Amino acid sequence: MAALDVEVEQIAATPARRGRRVFWLAIAWIAMVVAAAIAADWLPLASPSDIDLMARRAGPSPDHWLGTDALGRDILSRLVFGARISLTVGLIAPLLGLFIGGPLGMLAGYFRGRIETLVVGGIDVLLAFPPLVLALAITTYLGQSVLNITITLGILSIPSLTRVARAATLSFADREFVTAARALGASHRRILMRELLPNIALPLIAFFLLVVAVIIVIEGALSFLGLGVPAPAPSWGGMIAEGRDSLDTAPSIAFLPAGAMFLTVLAFNIIGDRVRALTDPRQGAL
Amino acid sequence: MLGFVGRRLVYLVPVLIAVSLLTFLVAALLPGDLAVAMLADEATPEKMAALRSEMGLDQPLVLQYLHWLGGALAGDLGRSLRTGEKVLSAILQRLPVTLELMLFAQLIALAIGVPVGILCAVRNGGAFDRLMTAIAFGKLSVPAFMLAIVLIYVFSVTLKWLPATGYVPLDEDVVGNLRSFVLPAVTLGFGEWPVLMRVLRSDMIATLQEDYIAMARAKGLKRWRILLVHALKPSSLTLVTVTGINIGRLIGGTVLVETIFALPGIGRLLIGAINTRDFVVLQGVVLFVATGFVLVNFVVDILYGVLDPRIRYGRA
Repeated sequence: MAALDVEVEQIAATPARRGRRVFWLAIAWIAMVVAAAIAADWLPLASPSDIDLMARRAGPSPDHWLGTDALGRDILSRLVFGARISLTVGLIAPLLGLFIGGPLGMLAGYFRGRIETLVVGGIDVLLAFPPLVLALAITTYLGQSVLNITITLGILSIPSLTRVARAATLSFADREFVTAARALGASHRRILMRELLPNIALPLIAFFLLVVAVIIVIEGALSFLGLGVPAPAPSWGGMIAEGRDSLDTAPSIAFLPAGAMFLTVLAFNIIGDRVRALTDPRQGAL
Repeated sequence: MLGFVGRRLVYLVPVLIAVSLLTFLVAALLPGDLAVAMLADEATPEKMAALRSEMGLDQPLVLQYLHWLGGALAGDLGRSLRTGEKVLSAILQRLPVTLELMLFAQLIALAIGVPVGILCAVRNGGAFDRLMTAIAFGKLSVPAFMLAIVLIYVFSVTLKWLPATGYVPLDEDVVGNLRSFVLPAVTLGFGEWPVLMRVLRSDMIATLQEDYIAMARAKGLKRWRILLVHALKPSSLTLVTVTGINIGRLIGGTVLVETIFALPGIGRLLIGAINTRDFVVLQGVVLFVATGFVLVNFVVDILYGVLDPRIRYGRA
């Protein structure tokens, strides 16, 4: 079992948190980050890559609301443009996994037999690699770019999403409404799309949100190691790594992106947790 | 039991073959010519052809794979493109550092997870329990590298208690060696305690409702004795296996932590190989790590079966 998988399961295993306020705060934060990332080009921000050696490690000022980093670049602007990378990779990679893993898991859970053996075997092989190690190996050969990192992390998210889709499908495949549809002469395709998909969609989406959180962390780790999106493009992980050298004089250079990342990952975890609670009547958090 | 081990073993072989194939193919099939990458600016057609035949790159892929796999099985993972060092001996030389790091991390995770788990189970639903469960949930959103930065800031930069980087070999200076492992091990171990705590907590809550616990209480036994002797032991079966699974997780985490704290372990070797584009080392380390990962999980699987007979006869 690979870490990505365990990590997600670990989140999924925590009892669902109540508290509507926290949930809406999480939604609000994500909405704000997404809006800022989309509108970054039109916002009145300094350029994220303009170097100002006269104003290195400066504190907050009207020109630079959150101060500047070790090269005098505007931190707020780098945070906003960094959000673009984190969100692009963090959302698209799991989507890739969802669109490949979801159908695979459904087919495996519905048809069973040889298809299932093949799918489960393939998952086991992918899970045999520690995800960070696999991500590092693939991006090294592919070369560092947003596209390549997204593809790599997309591949990494396939196994866990496949497993969830399969498990959810298994739990519905023998239910009466499926038998009834089959008795009425519905095709496999119709049963899968009309009967099963609507039922497994919600648990799958809840899990997807948790995967988003994990992928943002892995992308951050890659960037932190200098093996993510190449410089000078700002990324949260990269900013944290750069800020390390200034910890003694200007710790906020590292702590601001760390805080942004923490809140974003936490928000996705809270939202995913909440959606999962909706699908799991045992939690009684409806 | 033997049948169970046998079935798992039969499953292990194809997985390991597939892992080696994937490791090999990632290197062989992805775009980018190894010879070009290695020669960089000096790449001329003649040099590239010579290098290709020297490395066997002009042979069919299947032969290349079999050749590589044969070498790997005989303990020969090739030689580093940069230093000429044997890859396997480079790995084995760095293995103790990684193992020491993983050991300390695991101990720290247990040292936090077990007491917290017990206390939460005793006061199930109380303020402490809710606080710790919330912290455990929040912890899931703190990546290791973020925690590392905070720890370095607090303990190295501000308090100046511990070194932020650097490694002192064990045989040179035991105290120095331990000091150099504190921050890395805390970083790595801190990610693991919530898992241990949660598993122990839920097992312990179930155990504490057993009749024999009520009996022990009725006999007037000391509270801590009931908890540590009567309740902890039967509750710790799952804990053992989860600790095993964690070893697998830690293998991945060491890459990051070793790099941050400049510990000369296998993770550093991997990152170094990536930075210098030393593909032979990269391939060797990935194969070694993935094989270790698979084997650890295999042992944990067996352990599961030993501890819980239902698994032995149920699935499989």
